[in-house]
Amino acid sequence: MGYASKSPWVIHYDGSSCNGCDIEVLATLCPGFDAERFGVINTGNPKHADIFLVTGSVNERNIDVVKEIYDQMVEPKVVIACGICACTGGIFHDCYNVIGGVDKAIPVDVYAPGCAVRPEAIIDAVVQGIGILEEKAEALKASKRGA
Amino acid sequence: MSIVYALIGTLVFAVLGPVIGCLLAGLDRKITARMQGRVGPPLLQPYYDVRKLFGKERVSVNTTESAYVVAALVFALLAGGIFFSGGNLLMCVFVITLSSLFFIVAAYSSCSPYSEIGAHRETLQVMSYEPMIVLMTVVFYQASGSFDVSNLFNISIPIIGCTWLAFFGLLFVLTIKLRKSPFDLSMSHHAHQEIVRGMTTEMSGPTLAKIEIMHWCETVLFLGWIGMFFIWLNPLSLVLAIIVAVLVYFLEIWIDNNFARTKWQVMLGSAWFIALVCGGLNVIVLMFV
Repeated sequence: MGYASKSPWVIHYDGSSCNGCDIEVLATLCPGFDAERFGVINTGNPKHADIFLVTGSVNERNIDVVKEIYDQMVEPKVVIACGICACTGGIFHDCYNVIGGVDKAIPVDVYAPGCAVRPEAIIDAVVQGIGILEEKAEALKASKRGA
Repeated sequence: MSIVYALIGTLVFAVLGPVIGCLLAGLDRKITARMQGRVGPPLLQPYYDVRKLFGKERVSVNTTESAYVVAALVFALLAGGIFFSGGNLLMCVFVITLSSLFFIVAAYSSCSPYSEIGAHRETLQVMSYEPMIVLMTVVFYQASGSFDVSNLFNISIPIIGCTWLAFFGLLFVLTIKLRKSPFDLSMSHHAHQEIVRGMTTEMSGPTLAKIEIMHWCETVLFLGWIGMFFIWLNPLSLVLAIIVAVLVYFLEIWIDNNFARTKWQVMLGSAWFIALVCGGLNVIVLMFV
């Protein structure tokens, strides 16, 4: 295992969620689950983050914000769509201003469905995300060596 | 000759300082977690973090920022080298302040509102602790008869006997220097949200890793300052100094976990008050005794 998987710092953004998933994401990061055991830190700064947790669907108003946060994150980075709204638009999919899931704005690596998404599902998704993060870190290392 | 010693000291400190500082930082996170009823990260978590940061893509808002950060790191190493090779304490204090100033300039150079607020606050922190640190150096000279740290091994009783007032003052400003909780205005290690991440808001990847390493070195150096009060002729006093330094570090972690952040007015006022009372009184007493 490389070092990328040992200290995944996460950033959380609420798209247009009903706050159900946000509460679950924050519950996952609270001392009860003690995510810091695995080096997880909740950052508020895209430049420090490795994993982007998005809740809620993407709409006309927030699509630029989602893209901006994604662009500010430094490679290697992973995006996790938390909750069914972030995956597909969910119950709001045919609202007039909803574009759809997060993958309409930025490339998503892991989908964690649920309404609201359970902490267990989020932890599972983050563990999968860490695996992808590790692959991306290796690829970046290889490209650095090649360059 | 002292320059050669300082350079050798710097090279040794450049290896040992980060190693010890990293372990101290890991211990800090572990103890903090236990105080909050959590298991906490592995002891080597700060090392993992820094290794990860070095593996990240190099991104910077401008080309000068990383030069300032490297300068800050190099001067922190030099300050540690001067101190631990038994060099001039006054020079050590000035060099570590220069390192802080480079860090502040690095934060200002990004022109981001968040890191600028952090830099403003760090400037206030430097203003808060510097009077006490300078008075501590004066007291050190009065008590040991020299600015040279190596001279401590020639005195028959530890200087703490006649400098305990200044030592208390140093303890107070140590919290500001280590940016621990009541005084973590410019950059907090716990809350990573926007403003309290302050100075490092625009720093990422390898640049942030260098800041972390600088912070480890600073911690070791400041604990060295704490330890020097307990050194005398007896070589065994080194053990005593290390024990005291570890206890003081534990005290800092305890303070960090038990006090909420204050406003800068409180920090500046209290630090200057302490400097005047503890540092000033100690200087005056030693002048006439």
